Amino acid sequence: MTALIDLCSLIRSKNAGPFTLTFDIMVREPAGFRRIVDSGVLTPELFATLYHADVDSVRVFEHPAALAVKVSMPRPVIQGSAGDVDCYGGQQHALLLDVDIPEPA
Amino acid sequence: MEIRILAPSGVLGGGFTSESLAAGVARSPHVIACDAGSTDSGPAALGSGEPKLSDAAVMRDLRMLLTARDGLGVPLIIGSCGTSGRDIGVDRVFQLAERIAREEGLTFRAARIYSDQPSERIEQSRVRGDIRLLDPVVPIDAPIVSESHIVAMMGSEPIEAALLQDAEVIFAGRASDTALFAALPHLHGADPGLTWHAAKTIECGAACAIPPSADGLLVSLRDDHFDVETLQPGSRVTAQSIAAHTLYENADPFLVVEPSGTLDTTGATYEQISDTVVRVRGARFHPAPEYTNKLEGARLRGYQTIAVGGVRDRIVIGRLRQILPMAQDYFARRIRDLFDGTVDPATVDIALTLYGDDGVLRDREPLRGRPGHELGVLLTVTAPRQDVAHSVAATVAHVLSHLPIPEYDGLVSTIAYPFSPPEVDRGAVYEFTMNCAVAVDDPLELFRIEYSEVGGAAASRSDPSTRSSSFEGARV
Repeated sequence: MTALIDLCSLIRSKNAGPFTLTFDIMVREPAGFRRIVDSGVLTPELFATLYHADVDSVRVFEHPAALAVKVSMPRPVIQGSAGDVDCYGGQQHALLLDVDIPEPA
Repeated sequence: MEIRILAPSGVLGGGFTSESLAAGVARSPHVIACDAGSTDSGPAALGSGEPKLSDAAVMRDLRMLLTARDGLGVPLIIGSCGTSGRDIGVDRVFQLAERIAREEGLTFRAARIYSDQPSERIEQSRVRGDIRLLDPVVPIDAPIVSESHIVAMMGSEPIEAALLQDAEVIFAGRASDTALFAALPHLHGADPGLTWHAAKTIECGAACAIPPSADGLLVSLRDDHFDVETLQPGSRVTAQSIAAHTLYENADPFLVVEPSGTLDTTGATYEQISDTVVRVRGARFHPAPEYTNKLEGARLRGYQTIAVGGVRDRIVIGRLRQILPMAQDYFARRIRDLFDGTVDPATVDIALTLYGDDGVLRDREPLRGRPGHELGVLLTVTAPRQDVAHSVAATVAHVLSHLPIPEYDGLVSTIAYPFSPPEVDRGAVYEFTMNCAVAVDDPLELFRIEYSEVGGAAASRSDPSTRSSSFEGARV
């Protein structure tokens, strides 16, 4: 079993404006990037489940030049509004570190 | 053609090194541009008008940039002055610049570009159907418009207009970060795809360098590519680090929406030239069918008082999640008592955040209900008046120190407060209200530009030949 973080140089969450939460998954090596993409694990369904989001609102991007997978979705709570406890969106990625990336077939 | 653009830092007041600025100045840039704002710090700056960074921090950077600009004789463009880009933010940064000019004996022609929007103006647009809701949809109505402080985000056009009027230092209100860097290349007819991509790449300064820093980047924009160069000695850039910057604080890593159209970096390529230089090609710009300026709005949400405490007793920790909801009923009754029924408990929000349980992820926390050996408790009371928030917080803080724990008899001690008194007033708090753009006929129509001569004897400034710079002076 390989945790996502073991293949990555950086996993972070961040605001993309006050209404959107975005995750940047930066991969160490091209082989790791291919492995993550080919595993098909990082799907809108996964993020919808982890973050209680509407699956249709989750967008997943593969960026080969940056060796990155990027995921964006509406913020659970608008930045700074009642109930927002992560004003910069700085710790919402924590659930991604241990996502299992299976061995290639 | 080669246009050299210096981004001395990702944010004015962030604190770049003098070495990095000197390295940039040595490359004879045609323009220096620096962003001074963001919504990333939350709605407080837009709601209150108070900037995020101190005057001292802004002055330190601004002094170095005004001096560097004076020596080079090129324009300096500061965007989103005062964090929010509100008119009072523009005036505040402008006044700091006037002070610096007096102290350093500098003279320049200044342009202030104001971006505050009267609610009535935006309400007219709303009624006319000129508001374009963005994704995710945040509906707006007449009360929201009238209660919000609103700024419009300018594109590059108002800045270009100021450059054409020979402005040497431009203090822009709310502006897209990229517009600051795109303005001069546009006036020289540079390729729009390369221009916007270069602007997006350097708007955060050396955030895309290795190691990331608040220092400078230089872009050399040519006919069919641009080079990105890191300026801080010892730092480097890679094709990957430059490509990765399109991800930063952006929902879509390939498409960046500007007022006049969309930057598309899908076809961009990144080539390593040296340890400090990456060459970029291939981005395109798709003009939009209509010109729109994004709007940002914030309104008062109430007044807040907070308290922080810790719980270490494992029996108390085990009961806390069960007891706190029961306490909310008691708090509501106390609010009626405290204010003789004049304060509706429904208008007072009492939130308890339990760090060590689900403080960061709330209902997304898979380990919720399995706290560790110690819990941090954050009490946040939000009310229509500060005195109400304070009074309620003091009452709740007192109740939290003696919660009824079924396993214990007698008066229980349930929380450790690090401060006396435990409660701290936070003042007014705000919320964002708008995720929309407004369609306009003219890119300048939402913005007002004022020109003035700063420092020195105004009479000597009337002779254009004595000006140290202008758009004409910034020949490429």
